[in-house]
Amino acid sequence: MKSAWLPRSYDALLLHLEALYEIEFTFLKVEKLAEGLRPLDRDTQDFILGWAARLNSTNVYISHEFTIRVVDALDKMERRVIEAWAVRAADTFDRLGLRPALEVIQKVDSFLANTHTLAEGVTFEEVEPILSTFVCGLSGRRLKLAQGESVYTDSETLYLPNISARLEKAKDNFLLCKAQVAFMWAQIRFGSFRVDFATAFDAYPDKEQALAAFHALDTLRLEGCLARELPGLWRDMQRLDGVKGVEFPRLQSPDATVQDVLELVPQVLHRDFPQRIYQPALNPEAISACMLARMEREKILLRVKLAEMLKELGETPHPPTPSPSEGEEEKEVATPPEFEVKETLEGAGFELTLDDKPIAPPDEVKDLITSIMLDWGDVPPEFLVPAGPGEYDPSLYEKKENDSDPWKGIYHEDGAFLYDEWDNARQHYRKHWCVLREIDIPPADPAYVGLALQKHQGMVKHLRRTFEAMRDENRLLKRQVQGDDVDIDALVEALADCRDGREMSDKLFMHQHRADRNIAVMLMVDMSGSTKGWINDAIRESLVMLCEVLETLGDRYAIYGFSGIGRKRCEIYRIKTFEDPYNADTKARIAGIVPKDYTRMGVAIRHLSQKLNTIDAKTRLLITLSDGKPEDYFDIYNTQYGIEDTRQALFEARRTGIHPFCITIDKHGKDYLPHMYGHANWVEIDDVKKLPLKVADIYRRLTT
Amino acid sequence: MENTARIHDPSTYTIEKQPYYVPVGNEVTLFEAAYSSHLPVLLKGPTGCGKTRFMEYMAWKIQRPMITVSCHDDLTTSDLVGRYLVKGGETVWVDGPLTRAVRSGGICYLDEIVEARKDTMVVIHPLADDRRIMPIEKLGQLLEAPESFCLAISYNPGYQSVLKELKQSTRQRFVAIEFNYPTHDLERQIIIHETGLDVVSTDKLLKLADMTRNLKGNGLEEGASTRLLVHAGKLIAKGVEPRAACQGAVALALTDDSDMIAAINELIGALF
Repeated sequence: MKSAWLPRSYDALLLHLEALYEIEFTFLKVEKLAEGLRPLDRDTQDFILGWAARLNSTNVYISHEFTIRVVDALDKMERRVIEAWAVRAADTFDRLGLRPALEVIQKVDSFLANTHTLAEGVTFEEVEPILSTFVCGLSGRRLKLAQGESVYTDSETLYLPNISARLEKAKDNFLLCKAQVAFMWAQIRFGSFRVDFATAFDAYPDKEQALAAFHALDTLRLEGCLARELPGLWRDMQRLDGVKGVEFPRLQSPDATVQDVLELVPQVLHRDFPQRIYQPALNPEAISACMLARMEREKILLRVKLAEMLKELGETPHPPTPSPSEGEEEKEVATPPEFEVKETLEGAGFELTLDDKPIAPPDEVKDLITSIMLDWGDVPPEFLVPAGPGEYDPSLYEKKENDSDPWKGIYHEDGAFLYDEWDNARQHYRKHWCVLREIDIPPADPAYVGLALQKHQGMVKHLRRTFEAMRDENRLLKRQVQGDDVDIDALVEALADCRDGREMSDKLFMHQHRADRNIAVMLMVDMSGSTKGWINDAIRESLVMLCEVLETLGDRYAIYGFSGIGRKRCEIYRIKTFEDPYNADTKARIAGIVPKDYTRMGVAIRHLSQKLNTIDAKTRLLITLSDGKPEDYFDIYNTQYGIEDTRQALFEARRTGIHPFCITIDKHGKDYLPHMYGHANWVEIDDVKKLPLKVADIYRRLTT
Repeated sequence: MENTARIHDPSTYTIEKQPYYVPVGNEVTLFEAAYSSHLPVLLKGPTGCGKTRFMEYMAWKIQRPMITVSCHDDLTTSDLVGRYLVKGGETVWVDGPLTRAVRSGGICYLDEIVEARKDTMVVIHPLADDRRIMPIEKLGQLLEAPESFCLAISYNPGYQSVLKELKQSTRQRFVAIEFNYPTHDLERQIIIHETGLDVVSTDKLLKLADMTRNLKGNGLEEGASTRLLVHAGKLIAKGVEPRAACQGAVALALTDDSDMIAAINELIGALF
């Protein structure tokens, strides 16, 4: 709806911009800007000033640059695109700093040239979740999708560009990605890479030319395969590319192999084949490197796994080989058990036999054999000789965890998680902004728990009694409408009523009520530096009391501490996971809670609610024990930004069905907690000494 | 088409028409041997692979009435054994399905047994071992099962949840028969028989089934079962456009996750 107000005057605009850019400090010129904005209607003025303010929260120069250019851009771009332009600049600033961000603003034309890309292009993030599942559903090796400069595969990972926008419609662009993925899958599935790229084209004077001819011919062969295997997709592919007419019928037959393609290469060296739109690039170096490493690793792995299987089947694993290095001679050792792989009629399947008896291999062995068959066409006999004991060093074949997922640890650090953070001023998430690690807390003396219990001895007894009463137990409910048994008392009464001429009650049964207390609690403990001293003691004592009552109740619970310095060093301390029992180790970790650094709450809430959501429970509670506002080391987090991010994180948690609650000892809690948690979901305890006693009581109120 | 339901007495009703069932392995002989030796039977396998159809087939084959109980977590012992009800100011005993099956010497089939609470299941223990008796405490009776009585239970080990496991003391009383999806040839035969679809479309359905089974553990709890394929096949045979039929009968039936549905739809789109 357009604003009905009058446009702002030049003076009003000037004042507004001067204040926004704090010109007495930044010395930025705003007169021209005000002049430019003046003729616009009020709605557009507000739109621009709104975005200028949002960008200003990121950086004043970006915002200034934006305001300079936005008036011209208004004619060329829709508001939606302008918003995307501004957000792109802010994201670039987050990732790369000021200069590249300013470039995004300044090169508005190149951004405009890309508007089609942005409007109708599909991004990798959009297609990845769908297509990675799609390719997993197609048979064969588990393939990964990754972002790359061009479209190609190294036979394990399929690379797609960041944005695909070659076609006019978004729908077609998605289809193109799908066709590319399916094509690369076909390359792997139908053995396009069973060629020694290093030597196969040596005989040709122009290797590049030969390779191109090979690729073009192989494309024809694979199209035949796709037409047979995925007819629906093939129809779409034909529509995308428009190429028709069958050449080289030999390549279209179901039993055409890559060898047929190689034989045809000399005939077509000088021909120009049309490039298919879905045709990926061929990257022989990447393929060879990846395949060589994999083939060696899988050979070792299969032999080790077969040896393990033999052991499980109770056969003698392998007679000791005199010289393990001479792998080839192993076959001659007196009648070792013989594995064999037979392809079954249905094509994709196979059967593993041991001494001619079929056996069912575990899934990992199945995957392994499938993968080997893709590379070799069949399983070479030397792969099927079980490895001797100690023949290989496990480090040769065990892939390291972090290899598989580069995003798991930023800067190759293990166990780091990346989380977005909500920027209120920008009204947008900052992508992958926080780096969080889970850390074990160094245990202290578990005797601490005993001392704490002793200190509150009287209260503990009282609490236990209260909570025992709360514990849901099996009990017989009388006078029910339905039940397992007739309630004779009720029946007699009802019959008497009936004789009396009154209405007969229908509550005549007894029902056995069964305990069904299905609650999971996540306790999130503030370990910031401000808790030093008696607050820390009070928090630890509260935890001890809570653990006591939670054990009485039998609710599932976990305890994590949180702290950190800056967005790159957010830390979560494991005190008790849902699986850990409440034993001496856990007690020692509770005793080991010490004040650390700062309180960046949003990221901790995001991480812990994710953990809590893996637990299958009717009610999921996230209780925060805190002593103050969210804050971080000389950071924007100390401002409203931190409160808004925390609020947003709590919204996200609530959306997934978690009930957040906050217990604080901050006397100013009422200033910000209702905003973050909602009016009823927090409580302030005025006296820290009462914390241990109150916490348990609050828990009781929360869960009944 | 008949528009009113026919009423049968479960204790006497036997299946007249032979249910369509193609044996996958030796399950029929195994069941017959167990039945004649008075051993209870446990069927395990993924959903929709033919466990219930197999039971119908066996009930038809041995011509005994079959009483099926679909277990759920509110199932009480009384729901199985029986209870007193109030009728006209008097209490009347009403047999539960298990008792009825024992009295009539039929088959009692407890479907998805893990869904029932473990303490409820203990009631079948004396029936499931060589005693073959059923104490009915409230009546003060001890029911001895006749020769022809048979107890069968089924469950889907795919649910691998700690809460939903069968107690050892229960599972060790049974002869277990494992079911899995039939081989392609059999599955093709089944779909064609059940739906009347042509071979080409059936093969596409089979391919789709394989693709979804590849996704098991990668976002799907189970792949498409034979039952789902039959559903999809029936829709296609009725003239529904194949993509729409598979989306309704397979993709949406398998999962609620929107990305997963999109991916399965892409697979469907690639095939049909």
